[in-house]
Amino acid sequence: MALTVIAIIRLRNLYAVVMLASIFSLMAAAIFVILDAVDVAFTEAAVGAGISTVLGLGTIALTTSEEKKPTRLKLFPLLVVLITGGALIYGTLDLAKYGDPNAPAHKHVAPTYLKEAPEKTGIPNVVTSVLASYRGYDTLGEVTVIFTAGVGVILLLGNWRFIGRRREDNDV
Amino acid sequence: MSLFGLYNYWIVVFLMMAGFYVVVAHENLIKKIVGLNVFQASVFILYITVGKVQGGTAPIIGENFTIYSNPLPHVLILTAIVVGVATTALGLALVIRIKEAYGTIEDDEIAALEEEP
Repeated sequence: MALTVIAIIRLRNLYAVVMLASIFSLMAAAIFVILDAVDVAFTEAAVGAGISTVLGLGTIALTTSEEKKPTRLKLFPLLVVLITGGALIYGTLDLAKYGDPNAPAHKHVAPTYLKEAPEKTGIPNVVTSVLASYRGYDTLGEVTVIFTAGVGVILLLGNWRFIGRRREDNDV
Repeated sequence: MSLFGLYNYWIVVFLMMAGFYVVVAHENLIKKIVGLNVFQASVFILYITVGKVQGGTAPIIGENFTIYSNPLPHVLILTAIVVGVATTALGLALVIRIKEAYGTIEDDEIAALEEEP
């Protein structure tokens, strides 16, 4: 996974970059399966590795497939990234250990969901029952965001000039 | 104190900083969006590793299992992935419009075109 990311940084052929991003998503999906998040894994495989790649390839077809050569070596971004990374690593030192069953994240509402969800909603898959029932409003918000993004894409890429011209023709 | 149990966060930090580097250091807008996606995926992995319980199984209730991983981060990330692809689509649409308007998708070239009277 790290190798894929480094290749994404180094390569200038955008077609290769988009395909590597797809492979990266697929590996992330495999990691999600290992971490018990099966629902997340198949969403990532379908959306991250599938739809994002199609969108990226479409954009390359409409624009350009080669990044220009870098004019100079950029030390400042590297410095910023290293400092931020160091700060984040320092921040992780206080976090709960990987897989710790006593971590605060597992002590709040999650046990309630695991205990009640099958009886209250009748669905054995807790992720589904939380998504659609307990946190249905989150999903409503998600649908709103997708709708807004869809409207934005249509406004940006729709052929409005053509429609305007046709209307002028009708007026004449 | 053993630091070995924190390695999952360090993987996340590496991926996050790699994505961040692509966004700040590269001029090409498509590559910036790919970098943002890598950054996003690192946050997804962060949440999912927090939800993992040692010896647990996927949170689908069955008679043979007693320990389950935390389902809440899974739900949040499920929402985030779909929102992420929506924002990616919007960003790529903007890139296509920028290409039409300026004839280039390199950030510094666009800035140079803007500065010309």
